[in-house]
Amino acid sequence: MQPDSVSFIFLNACIVNNFVLALFLGICPFLGVSGKLHTAWNMGLATMFVMLVSSICAYAINFLLVEFNLEFLRLICYIAVIASAVQLVEMTIKKVSPTLFRTLGIFLPLITTNCAILGLALFQTLKEYNFIQCLAYSLGAGTGFILAIMLMAGLREKLDLAKVPNVSQGAALSLMLAGLLSLSFMGFAGLGG
Amino acid sequence: MVGELRQSTPITLNTFMRGIWSENPVFVMLLGMCPVLAVTNSVINAVAMGLATTFVLLCSSTLVSILRSFIPKQVRIATYIVIIATFVTMVDYIIQAISLELYKALGAFIQLIVVNCIILGRAEAYASRNNILKTVVNSAGMGIGFTFALLCLGGVRELLGNGTFLGFPVFWEGFQPWAIMILPPGGFFVLGAWLLLFSWLKQRQARKAQIKKGELAHAT
Repeated sequence: MQPDSVSFIFLNACIVNNFVLALFLGICPFLGVSGKLHTAWNMGLATMFVMLVSSICAYAINFLLVEFNLEFLRLICYIAVIASAVQLVEMTIKKVSPTLFRTLGIFLPLITTNCAILGLALFQTLKEYNFIQCLAYSLGAGTGFILAIMLMAGLREKLDLAKVPNVSQGAALSLMLAGLLSLSFMGFAGLGG
Repeated sequence: MVGELRQSTPITLNTFMRGIWSENPVFVMLLGMCPVLAVTNSVINAVAMGLATTFVLLCSSTLVSILRSFIPKQVRIATYIVIIATFVTMVDYIIQAISLELYKALGAFIQLIVVNCIILGRAEAYASRNNILKTVVNSAGMGIGFTFALLCLGGVRELLGNGTFLGFPVFWEGFQPWAIMILPPGGFFVLGAWLLLFSWLKQRQARKAQIKKGELAHAT
C-alpha cells in the first residue's frame, strides 16, 4: 500500500495509531462514558460525526488562513469551529431524535473539550493532507474511537460482575484495563508498512 | 460589593495546598488525563508540559477573574476558551523560540492545552467567582499539583523504561530497561499504579482514624 493512499490513512488512524490507545487523545470520555455499551455506542457515533464536520471545516479554514498569512490564528479558529460544530450536532439531534438527546445528556456539549477532535484538526494540518485524505483520516479516527470505547465498555460491563480487591475499584482498575487494551493494540504496529 | 466582601473567606494555606494534595487535579479529580499520559515518557518533557500548563492556567484564570463582572453569562464558556487559546498560542511560540528540540518532543500536545479540562474547570468553577488574589494563589497551587503529578509519572517511566533520570544513568551496567514503560501501555499502567497507591494510603488512614476513635470511646 502507498503511504498516502486513502485506505492506508484510514487503517492507520483506525487501528495502528488508534487515537485513544496509542496517541492518548480523548481519554476523558474513554474513561467517563464507557460504563454501559449502549451509551458508549451513542457517544462514539456523536464523536465520529463531530470529527467529520470539524475536519471538513478545519480544512476549509486552514486554506483561507494560509491564503491570508494568518497561521497564528489557527488554534483560536479551530476551537471556535469545533464549539459551533458541537452546537450544531446538539441542535440536530434534539430536533431529529429527542430520545437520543436525553440519553447523551451532558456528554454532548462536553465533546467540545475532547482533545481527539482538536488533535485531529491539528494533525491533518501538520501532515498536509488534501481534502479526500482528510475525510479518510477523520472517518478512520472516528471508527478507531468507537472501537476503543466499545471494547472498553464491554470489558467494564463484564468486570462489574467480578470480585476485585476493594482498593483497586474505580479509576485504577479502568486504567489497568486500558493499559492491557493498549498493549494488545501495539500488536498492530507496523501493519501496512 | 460590601456583602460580597464580608462573605468571602480569607486566603489560607489551604487555598494553595488544596491543589497540590487534597484536590490534586490528576490523582484525585482525574482531570486532564491526555497530556498526563502522553508526554510523561521522560522527566524533561513532563516538567516542561507542567510549567507550560501552569503558565496558561495562571494567566487565563487571572484574566477571567479580572473580567468576571464584564463577561455576560450566556457567552462565558466561549469567552473563556478564546482567552485560553490566546495564552496557549503564546506558549506555543515561546517554547518554539526557547528549545526546538523540546517543541518537537511535545508535538501537538502544547496546542492541546486549550482543551485541558483543568484550565476550563478552574475558570468556570473558581476564577469566575473569586477575587484576583485568591484566584492566583489557588491556580498556582493547582498548577504545581499538576506538575507534581506529571513528575511522579515521568520519573517512574523514565527510570524504569530508560534506566535514566533527567538523562543521567542511574542503574548498574547490565540493567535491562523495561521498554514497555516508555511505550503507550506503560503510561496507563504507571498511572493506575499511582492511583492504587493513593487509594491504599487513603483507606489505611481512614481505618487508623476509625480505630483511634474506637479506642477513645473505649477509654471514656
